[in-house]
Amino acid sequence: MSYLEYAVQRVPAGLSKVLYVNWALVVLLAAVAGLGWLMLYSIAGGSLMPWAEPQMKRFAAGLVLMFAVAFVPIWFWRNVAGLAYGLSLVLLLGVEFFGSVGMGAQRWIDLGFIRLQPSELAKITLVMALAAYYDWLDIRRTSRPMWVLLALVLVLLPTFLVLRQPDLGTGILLLLGGGAVMFLAGVSWLYFAAVIAIGLGGMTLVLASRGTEWQILKDYQYRRIDSFLDPSIDPLGAGYHINQSKIALGSGGWSGRGFMQGTQSRLNFLPEKHTDFIFTSLAEEFGFVGGVSLLVLYGLILVFCIAAALKMKDRFAQLLTLGVAATFFLYFAVNMAMVMGLAPVVGVPLPLVSFGGSAMLVLMFGFGLVQSAHIHRPRGP
Amino acid sequence: MKRPPRDIALSSRRINRRAAILGGLMGAGMLMLAGRMRQIQVDQTDQFRLLAEENRINIRLIPPVRGLIHDRNGTVLAGNEQNYRVVIVREDAGDVDLVLARLARLIDLPAEIVDRARREVFRHRPFVPVTIAERLDWEQVARIASNAPSLPGITPEVGLSRNYPLEEDFSHVIGYVGAVSERDLDAQEVPDPVLQLPGFQIGRIGVERQMEHALRGSAGTKRTEVNAVGRVMRELDRREGTPGRNVQLTVDHRLQNFIHARLAGESAAVIVMDVETGDLRAIASSPSYDPNLFARGISSADFRGLLDDPYRPLVDKSVQGVYPPGSTFKMVVALAALEAGLVVPEERVFCPGHMDVSGRRFHCWRRGGHGRLNMVSALSESCDVYFYDMAQRVGIERINAMSERLGLGVRHALPMSAVAAGLNPTREWKQARRGEPWQVGDTINAAIGQGFVLNSPLQLAVMTARLASGKAVVPRLVRAVGGVEEPVAEAPSLGLDARALAIVRQGMVECTNHQRGTAWSSRIVEASARMSGKTGTSQVFTITAAERAAGLRRQQDLPWNRRNHALFVAYAPIEAPRYAVAVVIEHGGGGSSAAAPVGRDVMLHALHGGMPPLSAYPEPQRNRIETQQRDLLGRMRPPQTDGRDRA
Repeated sequence: MSYLEYAVQRVPAGLSKVLYVNWALVVLLAAVAGLGWLMLYSIAGGSLMPWAEPQMKRFAAGLVLMFAVAFVPIWFWRNVAGLAYGLSLVLLLGVEFFGSVGMGAQRWIDLGFIRLQPSELAKITLVMALAAYYDWLDIRRTSRPMWVLLALVLVLLPTFLVLRQPDLGTGILLLLGGGAVMFLAGVSWLYFAAVIAIGLGGMTLVLASRGTEWQILKDYQYRRIDSFLDPSIDPLGAGYHINQSKIALGSGGWSGRGFMQGTQSRLNFLPEKHTDFIFTSLAEEFGFVGGVSLLVLYGLILVFCIAAALKMKDRFAQLLTLGVAATFFLYFAVNMAMVMGLAPVVGVPLPLVSFGGSAMLVLMFGFGLVQSAHIHRPRGP
Repeated sequence: MKRPPRDIALSSRRINRRAAILGGLMGAGMLMLAGRMRQIQVDQTDQFRLLAEENRINIRLIPPVRGLIHDRNGTVLAGNEQNYRVVIVREDAGDVDLVLARLARLIDLPAEIVDRARREVFRHRPFVPVTIAERLDWEQVARIASNAPSLPGITPEVGLSRNYPLEEDFSHVIGYVGAVSERDLDAQEVPDPVLQLPGFQIGRIGVERQMEHALRGSAGTKRTEVNAVGRVMRELDRREGTPGRNVQLTVDHRLQNFIHARLAGESAAVIVMDVETGDLRAIASSPSYDPNLFARGISSADFRGLLDDPYRPLVDKSVQGVYPPGSTFKMVVALAALEAGLVVPEERVFCPGHMDVSGRRFHCWRRGGHGRLNMVSALSESCDVYFYDMAQRVGIERINAMSERLGLGVRHALPMSAVAAGLNPTREWKQARRGEPWQVGDTINAAIGQGFVLNSPLQLAVMTARLASGKAVVPRLVRAVGGVEEPVAEAPSLGLDARALAIVRQGMVECTNHQRGTAWSSRIVEASARMSGKTGTSQVFTITAAERAAGLRRQQDLPWNRRNHALFVAYAPIEAPRYAVAVVIEHGGGGSSAAAPVGRDVMLHALHGGMPPLSAYPEPQRNRIETQQRDLLGRMRPPQTDGRDRA
């Protein structure tokens, strides 16, 4: 069933759409954001500035954006998916040429009123584009090599541009996010098995290329891999982040050191404590209980997304909803794995909690799409 | 595009199936994350808590206050003065250049100090206080304080730094403090952590170094919470250390000051020692230097100036310098001969002005000879030939043994740097050192304190004190440490034959109190302070036969560094000796002309505890002495100023 076949009468219209918003999801998002404000307030030493207050404003803007997106019918978003994807590619190319350099990488485009991070945008537009692609594609052709290759190109184009910035974290997220949508769309297992095999081979190759003339990654990326494998080799250099992060986590213990009592974060031992490493502050101050609570909140968000998707009959809406959920999962899973020393340190924020505008707005845009799909699904008479 | 319903059902089924798989994978991922969280936060929490504490807590040392050094009356010789300095904190200052320029105008800082401070400021992290200038006066501090609003980030602070209020007087005794070097740290197996504090000073030489352990004290600690860049967030607790112990010396700063004034212009050393207790009343080496220069960090120009001075102000001539003792050594030979029974005091020896021994001619200082003299006259008139004879009778071994008994050629234990051992030359020493056998001429030279014999002024003072008291007194410099008196051990008797000792003493008495004595002109006429002494004149260069034939030149006509050393040892009063004095004036010319007058002035000052009355001097000399005393009083430190530090 495609949106063209919607019996428009059976879809909520006008103000009644408000009734069909998935309010539980909104509450969950607000709860996670609230936890984020609490942490930003604590890290600033009990002050709304410089982080908590701007973050609240951003979340408010994000909510407005989400509702705006939600009330626009889902078929509109299907129609503009290709355009959005194209736009984000253009922006990524723009970063390549006009971007400002921050933290050793080109990531932002300064549009005057907002410093846009096109790589964040690409995560959602890629999901949109793939969902639209598989909605358009004859279902029997899903696993034909030609059509798989086309989807792969859709994934690899933005991934390549992002890796050039260089932004390993977003690159991985794009690749995995795109892969998830392809998997959901029903691409044969064999392709994934092959990709995993090639991936392992590639990893070996990357490691083997180190120090040779055709070295694939930058030196700092290799050092991150080294310090991931053994953080103690360079406790003040590349391994500093992960060591201090583990100390913060571990010293939190079962129930944490208490709100605003985390010495690691308050005394600045934690790097990037308000952005990528904010989870360590949370785990230090609220302990295992706090960490698991956040994990449960995230899990509930996923559950609600998947539950909503299962009720949808529209292929685009389903793939989009599940794709957003998968991207969301990848965000927090990679971030947590990174701060807990399970994955190398790559720049991935903790969704809705880390201080930052682009990721927040893009995620809220994504949840707006989910809400739109939820609102505009055909319901019984 | 219209899609067949069969496809829609297939699509939905397939997506739902895959969604379930993906959901399962996500659930597994989240379980893994929770498991890892449990592992770190629950299982390993103790280990990480400890690491977090180590991160957070910084233990800082509080430097102990260094102990003071007093003289025997409690006057401060080495103290800690409040040192006003001005520090700047970059992050509070804002525009560092502007603030520094204002400060420089306000308290008149030279441009190079401002430049250096500027560089320092930018080398440190922005919250670290950097010292701009030290040792400000009160006026400058007041001006900074009253202009505080226009000087953000600048604060006057007060700290303690070592100072030596008596400047040159005790530099060789007390030494000075200085920065800790790498070698100091390496020298200790477990270096006191306080040594690593920036700006911490330790004793470099002298009492400051030798008594470092007592003076330093031990550091307190302050536990502070610091952040990742080391900024102190708050103080958690502190444990006060123990301040260094005060050290009281046996020296008398008034006497020391008088001696320095009296020795002005000479390269000389004077020791004054209590003959009963061994207390060193004065240890002076002239010229001296200001130890404050070293404690504050001496400029290379000043240091070069001190190094290049031909009078060698940096060298401590009193305990470190060794000289041929000259005729002051004759008491040793006389006692050795008497103790061995190889001479009776009344025996007269004829002095024709020289003596020939195994083909070499040894001269007496008096070219025409002394004629026939006994031991007392030989000592009093300092006849060389008499002692050439004695030396051949007793031999170098007995001379050395007596020398050691009297405290010569022995390293005395004093908390000063490089205390010299001197030299009692033996046959083995000459064979080992020179590769030549001992010759009878060496013994003859030794008999008059020439040749290889070397003694320090301190040793000569000890010898004199032992001759005066008949006891094995040892020199003592430390009177009390931390308020606890150092015990004075009753000195054991030397075990010398009383009659032999009396003969030697009589020789010394006549030397200063008999018209024919070499120190007759330096006698003391005050009945209760009469002095007994012995002059010495030691050659620096061997007089060749050709020179002797050409006629000896007068000392005044020789270049300074070829003139003879002048020596004088004395004790007084004769009947109940209190002090022994040893004087060595480098290239002074002659013992009776240069050293003995100094010895007398010092002895009288010691006995009177101040400037002696003119009546102590022989009538004809009083006019000259009066002028000299006026001149000295003008150069001495006025008594009221040195009382300010009295503890």
